[in-house]
Amino acid sequence: MILDLSSSRDLLLALLPELVLTGWSLVLLLVVAWRHRTVGDLRLTGWVTLAALGSTAAAVWWLWWHTARAAPGPVPVMVAVDDFRFVTDWLFLGAAALTVLLSFDYLEREELLVPEYHVLIVFATLGMMLMGGGEDLMVIFLGLELLSVAVYVLAGINRESASGAEAAFKYFLLGAFASGFLLYGIALVYGATGTTGLRAIGAQIGAGGGGGGGTMLAIGLALLLIGFGFKIAAVPFHTWAPDVYDGSPTPVTAYMASGVKAAAFAALFRVLGEAFPAVAAWHQIVWWLAVATMVVGNLIALAQRTVKRMLAYSSVAHAGYLLVAVAAGPEPGSAAFLFYLVAYTLMTLGAFALLAAKGRHGERDVLIDDLAGLATRHPWLAFALAVCMLSLLGFPGTAGFIGKWYILAAATSAGQGVLATVLVLTSVISAGYYLPVIMAMYMKPEPFAEAHVGMRLGRLGYAVVMVSVAGLLFFGVRPNRLLDLAHTGGVGVQPAPGVPPAAPAVTAAHARTAR
Amino acid sequence: MLLGPSLGVSAVLFALGVAGVLLRRNAIVIFMCVELMLNAANLAFVALAQSLGVAGQIFVFFVMAVAAAEAAVGLAIILAIYRHKQTVDLQNINLLKG
Repeated sequence: MILDLSSSRDLLLALLPELVLTGWSLVLLLVVAWRHRTVGDLRLTGWVTLAALGSTAAAVWWLWWHTARAAPGPVPVMVAVDDFRFVTDWLFLGAAALTVLLSFDYLEREELLVPEYHVLIVFATLGMMLMGGGEDLMVIFLGLELLSVAVYVLAGINRESASGAEAAFKYFLLGAFASGFLLYGIALVYGATGTTGLRAIGAQIGAGGGGGGGTMLAIGLALLLIGFGFKIAAVPFHTWAPDVYDGSPTPVTAYMASGVKAAAFAALFRVLGEAFPAVAAWHQIVWWLAVATMVVGNLIALAQRTVKRMLAYSSVAHAGYLLVAVAAGPEPGSAAFLFYLVAYTLMTLGAFALLAAKGRHGERDVLIDDLAGLATRHPWLAFALAVCMLSLLGFPGTAGFIGKWYILAAATSAGQGVLATVLVLTSVISAGYYLPVIMAMYMKPEPFAEAHVGMRLGRLGYAVVMVSVAGLLFFGVRPNRLLDLAHTGGVGVQPAPGVPPAAPAVTAAHARTAR
Repeated sequence: MLLGPSLGVSAVLFALGVAGVLLRRNAIVIFMCVELMLNAANLAFVALAQSLGVAGQIFVFFVMAVAAAEAAVGLAIILAIYRHKQTVDLQNINLLKG
């Protein structure tokens, strides 16, 4: 199905998923305005949210099934119509749905009667979809802000909790700071190329145009990378992440670590792949970011004793692995990138869901040693947590392994052998903090009787854990369908025709001399 | 017309904003410095729009709306932390060790 975006009917069709979700968000706002007093109201808004996410996913599926594409034409495209957008949309909607399922029990247990929680999740998901599909720097910026403003509130949704307020406060200050960098970067890129459309920027740079704006373009790109670096929590811009993940309510942390990070990565990947393929400088910057993020994230994670902070630093380390796929460039890297994004989302959500079950009134205090003897008391929960840990580690048989394998293959075929080596070495280091969790659960005795009595996961929480564990094991054994989807999705990200890509081999040599 | 000086002023404003965020310790002042950064970008957009067409001027309106939304949420968050801590000084907000 070819959509001619200059006709308003086709434009509405191309934006169907976003429009459906926007309509639902308004319905939800009305529902919350009338029904916000009892636990039943909270459940009602939760189910309406799930319906909203489900129907939006169906709309995405409809576009995907008809292989919707934008007709080439003079109209500047603001939102891409390609498989990359559809695949990332499913990822964001899935992460949001799992978060909502996880939140039912959590909100009731912590006595948080806040139906607006679900509205904010819907708004944040809408922002993510705009980021994953944005074909214009301004659309990406607006999507990012819609996402960020909603998540600032979600981080501090528990008004009784001092650490929640502090997490929201830090997230807000650093997030707004990063937005400032991103916006100024957009302004400079706009000044250097005269446009904010991603492919138009790529065509301008490829044509050697820009009217002597070389320095301006370079500074703009650097500022963009700083802004994105904050959002994906890459070292050295990661300092906010552990504190914010630590202080936020656990379902929100799961959402931030999976969905929000995935959205920022999707936007970064598209921007670099479509607008700046001809600029060699970013390869080197991303190279250094990836190395620093992998090494520092993994080393600091080793020193953590509470599970939540350990998972926070582990998510920093995983940002480094994803940056390796970004550094490999869209040509070999996109399929690996999408696959790993899906696997990472599943394992992060599963791990945080189990942590939410263990903790009570602040999971912040759950030490790794507190899990001792869990396998005898709750064998299934222990098994699920073990699968998540092994997948995060990249153990064969899990989706995490296949994902890392494909990132390694992409990196080596792009001539980034050093990056691949660092990835393998840091993965070995990461065994030093994932395996103790498993050892505590299976090899240590329960410290005292009834140590795990308080651990309770509602039926919906079980569903979340089951979905993520089943997904991890299934994609670990039979990754083909998901890989095919990732391949077709990756094709969407490509520069406008006629733009010569910067040779990756040259950048690898650059990196070597730079060291 | 006046493109160079306008961009120069916007760069200075942006640098002042960044320096303020990094050096000051009061949350409200930091927030004002972030707004300064956004407004520096606005100035750059308007200056560039003289030669590049109206798109730059339209972006400014988007950015103003975004900044307003951020201010609403941000001030509420600062108020929330003041209720817990009786201060908005960054040195005293250290429950989470980073």
